[in-house]
Amino acid sequence: MQLTRILPEVILTIAGVLIMLVDPLLPRTASRKSVGWFSVLAMLAAFAASAWQLHLTPGTAYFGVVQTDAFSVFFHLLICGTVLIALLAAIDSVRPETRDMGEYFALILFGTVGMLLMTSAVELLLVFVGLEISSISTYILAGFRRRTGKSPEAAIKYFLLGSFATAFFLYGIALTFGATGTTRIAAIAAALPHTTTPILAWTAIALILVGLGFKVSAAPFHVWTPDVYEGAPSPVVALMSTAPKAAAFAVLLRIFYGAYPSIQQHWWGLFWVLAVVSMTVGNLAALRQQSVKRMLAYSSIAHAGYLLVAFTSFSPQGVAAASFYVLCYVAMNVGIFAVVSHVGGYDDHLWSITDYRGLGYRSPVLAGAMAFFLLSLIGIPFTGGFFAKFYVFSAALQQRMFGLAIIGLINSGIAAFYYLRLLTALYSKPADGSPVLAVPRMSLTLGFAILLAASATLLLGIVPRSSLDLAQRGASTFFTGAAPAQPVASASPALRSDQP
Amino acid sequence: MPSIDHSVLTWILLLPAFGAVVAALLPNRGKLVQSWALLISLATFGLTLHLPSHFDYNHSGFQFEINRLWIVSPPIRYHLGIDGLSMWLVVLTGFLAPIGVLASWRAIDTRVNEFYSLFLLQQTAMFGVFLALDLMVYYAFWELTLVPMAILIAMFGRDPGSRNSSRAAIKFFLYTFIPSALFLVGILALYARTGTFDYVELKALLTQNPGLFTPSAMWVISLSFLVAFAVKIPVFPLHGWLGDVFSEAPSAMAMVVAGKLGLYSLIRFHLGLFPFESRRVAHWMIMLAVLGILYGALVALAQNDLKRLLAFGTISSLSFCTLGIYTFAINGLDGAVFHVLSESITGGALLVLLGLMYERYGTYEIERYGGLAARTPRLATLFLVTVLALIGLPLLNGFVGEFLTLSSGFATSHLWGALGTIGVILSAAYMLWTMQRVFYGPESPLVHRLPARDLAAREHLALWPMAILMVIMGVFSPYWIRAIDRGVHALSDAPASTHPATAALLPGQPHDGEAQ
Repeated sequence: MQLTRILPEVILTIAGVLIMLVDPLLPRTASRKSVGWFSVLAMLAAFAASAWQLHLTPGTAYFGVVQTDAFSVFFHLLICGTVLIALLAAIDSVRPETRDMGEYFALILFGTVGMLLMTSAVELLLVFVGLEISSISTYILAGFRRRTGKSPEAAIKYFLLGSFATAFFLYGIALTFGATGTTRIAAIAAALPHTTTPILAWTAIALILVGLGFKVSAAPFHVWTPDVYEGAPSPVVALMSTAPKAAAFAVLLRIFYGAYPSIQQHWWGLFWVLAVVSMTVGNLAALRQQSVKRMLAYSSIAHAGYLLVAFTSFSPQGVAAASFYVLCYVAMNVGIFAVVSHVGGYDDHLWSITDYRGLGYRSPVLAGAMAFFLLSLIGIPFTGGFFAKFYVFSAALQQRMFGLAIIGLINSGIAAFYYLRLLTALYSKPADGSPVLAVPRMSLTLGFAILLAASATLLLGIVPRSSLDLAQRGASTFFTGAAPAQPVASASPALRSDQP
Repeated sequence: MPSIDHSVLTWILLLPAFGAVVAALLPNRGKLVQSWALLISLATFGLTLHLPSHFDYNHSGFQFEINRLWIVSPPIRYHLGIDGLSMWLVVLTGFLAPIGVLASWRAIDTRVNEFYSLFLLQQTAMFGVFLALDLMVYYAFWELTLVPMAILIAMFGRDPGSRNSSRAAIKFFLYTFIPSALFLVGILALYARTGTFDYVELKALLTQNPGLFTPSAMWVISLSFLVAFAVKIPVFPLHGWLGDVFSEAPSAMAMVVAGKLGLYSLIRFHLGLFPFESRRVAHWMIMLAVLGILYGALVALAQNDLKRLLAFGTISSLSFCTLGIYTFAINGLDGAVFHVLSESITGGALLVLLGLMYERYGTYEIERYGGLAARTPRLATLFLVTVLALIGLPLLNGFVGEFLTLSSGFATSHLWGALGTIGVILSAAYMLWTMQRVFYGPESPLVHRLPARDLAAREHLALWPMAILMVIMGVFSPYWIRAIDRGVHALSDAPASTHPATAALLPGQPHDGEAQ
C-alpha cells in the first residue's frame, strides 16, 4: 500500500485540518491548551509511524516521488522528536487571552508536514513544495506575537529574504531540468554524466546551494538569522532554529550526494569555502554579542559551518557524521531555546547576558540545564556535541583534509569563549544595583521538555551507538556497492579480542 | 585473579560520579552533603588501596585491565588499566579527595550541593585520565577535567561571582581547551592511518611499522600532543593560567589541578607513542624546565600574596619533573614520577594550611601576618614540616625527587644540571623567608587583633596524614619507586642493570636482583 510511505505526513495533515475545523467551534474564552495537547498526541503518532516505516522495505511510492529508506526515517524521527519537544515547551506559553493559539499549533503541524516531505521526497519539485509548506508556516509563526516588539519586523525580513532564497532554489531545479531533462534525483544522477550542457548543471548547483544555504543559515547567506532570532518569539525560535534546518540539511545531502555525485569535484570546493566562512564568521560575530538570542543565532551559523565540513568528505562516514551532527545540534538547540524562552519572558524583556547573571542562584535547575546545553555546544565530552564534532572532524581527516580540521577545531576553541561567558554569568552575582529579576516557576510540561532535550543530549554523548547505526544505514543509501574506506593499516585480529 | 580485579577500576571511576549525582540531589541540611562527600571519597580511596596490595610487581604490562567495545564504528573501546606509572597516581588522587572534603568542610558554606557534586565529578574525571587506555576515552576525561574546575572557580572564587573569578575561570578553560583541540586533530590523524584508538595497539603498530607516517607528520602529531600536555603541567612559557587559578580557586580544587595530569600524560603518551620525536625535543624541554625552575622561584620571591607565591613555587617545583623526564635516564623518570606524588602531597598540604589561615584571618597578604607561631604553635609546626618537605630537606619526600631528577639532569648536561640546582637554593630562600615573615617576628596588628584558634580536630585529621606521608615517603621511597620503575623502565634509555645513582640511593631495587 502506497499510503504507508507517507503515513506520518498524512497523520499530521489530518490532525492539522481537524484543529483548524474545531478551533472556531470552541468557545472563545476556552483555553487552547487542549489543542496543544492534541497536537502533541498527533506528533507522537507521527513519530511512531516513522519508526514503524523502518520495517518497510526501502522503496518509492506515488510514481517514484517519495522514498522511504533509513535516511528518510532517521530525519523523520529527528524532526518529529524536535517538534515534539518544541510543542511541549510552548504549551504553557499559551496565554488565556490569546485566541488564535489554535492556528499556532495547526501551523506547527503543517510546517512539520512540509519538513517531513522534504526529507522523503526524491523529486525536486516535491522537495520544493515541502520547502514552501514549511517556510510559509515558519514565516507566519515568526510574526505571531504581533503586538510585541520586533516580531512583525522579524517576520517580514524572514519572509522577504526567504522568498528570494526559495526562488534561487527553484531556478536551480529549472536549470537541472535543462541539463538533464528530469527532476527525479536518481534519474538526474544517471543522466548527468551524459549531459551535453554541463555548464547548466554547474550553475544549478550554485543556485541550489544559495537557496539551501539560506535555509541552513550558512555564511554568507546568514544575514537574516540574528535579526529574525532576536525578533521572533522564543518558543518559535526553538522550533525554527532546529527542525527546518534539519530538513534543509537532509535535502542538501539528498541532492548533492543523490543527484550530483558525478560532478563532486565541482561542488566540493564550494562546501569547503562555505564551511570555513560560516564557522569563522559565526564564531567571530558571536564573540561580540550582548543579546543571548543573537549570540545563539551566530552560534547556530557556526554550527552550520561545522556541519558543512562533513559534506566535503565524500564518504559514507561523512554523510553519517553530518546526519549525526544534525541530531545532536537539534537536541541541544531546542533545549537551550526552551530555557531562553522561559527565562526571557513573554516579550523577551530579559535578553542580555547581564540579565542572566545569578540565574544559577535564582533557579538552579533552569541554570543547570542551560549550563549543560552550553557545555554540549562547546563540545565537552559525554555530551552529544562532543561526538558530533568528533565524527565530523574524523570524517574530514580520513579524507586527509588537515587544513579544514585544524581551522574547525581552532574555531571550536574560539567558540568556547562566548559560551563560557554566558556560562560563568549564570553563576555570577548580578551587577551592582540591578534588581534581581524574578523568573517565574517552571511548569511541569516545560520541565519535561527540557528534560527530554537534556537526556537526548546526554545519551547521544554516552551511548551514541544506536542513533549512529541508523545514521550510517541512512548514509549507505547513497553509496550502494561502494566499499567503506578502510584505514591503511589495521591492527592484527589477535589484539582485538573483547576480553582481556 | 579474584573477580574484583576486573571491575575495581570501573568502581573507582563510577563511585565518585554516582556520589556527585546524589550530592546534587541531597537536601542541604546540617552537614549532610559534606558527610556524604566524605563517605564517598573515603570509600573510593579504600578501593584505590586495593591496587597496590594486589599489584603484581613482576609484570610490566597493564594490570586490572578491562577492555570492552563501547562504540563499534569508529572503534572506541572502554579500555582501562594501570601499570606502575599510573598506580600511585590513582592512589594519590584517591588519598587527596577526603582531605579536600575536610579542608572545605567549613570554608564552603553556601551552595554546598553544587560544590561537592562538582568536586566528586572532578574526581571521576581525574581517575578517568589516569585509567583510560583508549585515546578517545582518555581525551574525553581529559576535557572533562576542565568543566567542574571552571564552574567552581566562577562560583567560589576569592570574591565569589566577581568579574575576576569569571575571567580566571574562562582563562583556565581556554588555556587548556585550545591546545586540546589541536591535540584532538593529532589523535584523529593517528586514527586515520592506523584505524585504532587503543593505546596498546597503537603503540605496537607505531613501533612495528615505522613507515606508517612520514617523519614530518609524526613530528607535527607529536608536537600537538606535547603542547597540550605542556600547558596542563604547566611548562615555563605556557604557565599563564596557573597563578590566577591558584589565587581564585577553592583550596580543595587547586590541590588537584596542577602537575599530575599533564606530567602523567606526557610520560604515557608523548614518550610512549613518540620515543624518537620526544628525544628530539629533549634538550629544548630540559632548557625550558630549568628556565621554569629559575623563573618560578624568582617570581615567587617577589610575591606578596601567599597563594600566588605557592603558584609560582609549584611551577618551579614541577619543572624538576619535566627535567627528569627528558633526561630519559631511569632515575630521572623515577624521580619525576616520585616528585609528582610528593609535590601533590606537600603542595596540597600547604594549600590546606593557607586555606586555614585564610579562614582565621581573611587574607593571603604576607605583610599583614607576623608572629603567628606564638599564637598557633601547632599550625606553625605543620607549616614548617611542609615547608621543609617542599624545599627538599633530606629524609622528607621532596628530597628524593629533586635529587634523582637533578642528578640525572647533571649527567645529561652539566650546565643545565648546575643551573637547576640553583633552583633548590632559591626555593629554600623564598619558602623560609615567607615562613619567617608570617610566623616569627613581632605580632602584626591583624594577628594581634583577631582571636587565635589553633588547629581543630577536623583540621588535624586533614593535615596529619599528609605530614606523616611526607616522612614515610622520604624514608621508604623504594616502596614507591619499585612500582614506578616497572612502569617507566621501557621508556628510558638506560639498560636494565646499571643505575649507579639509583642503586646508591635505593639499595635493594628489584631489577638489581634480576640482573644478578
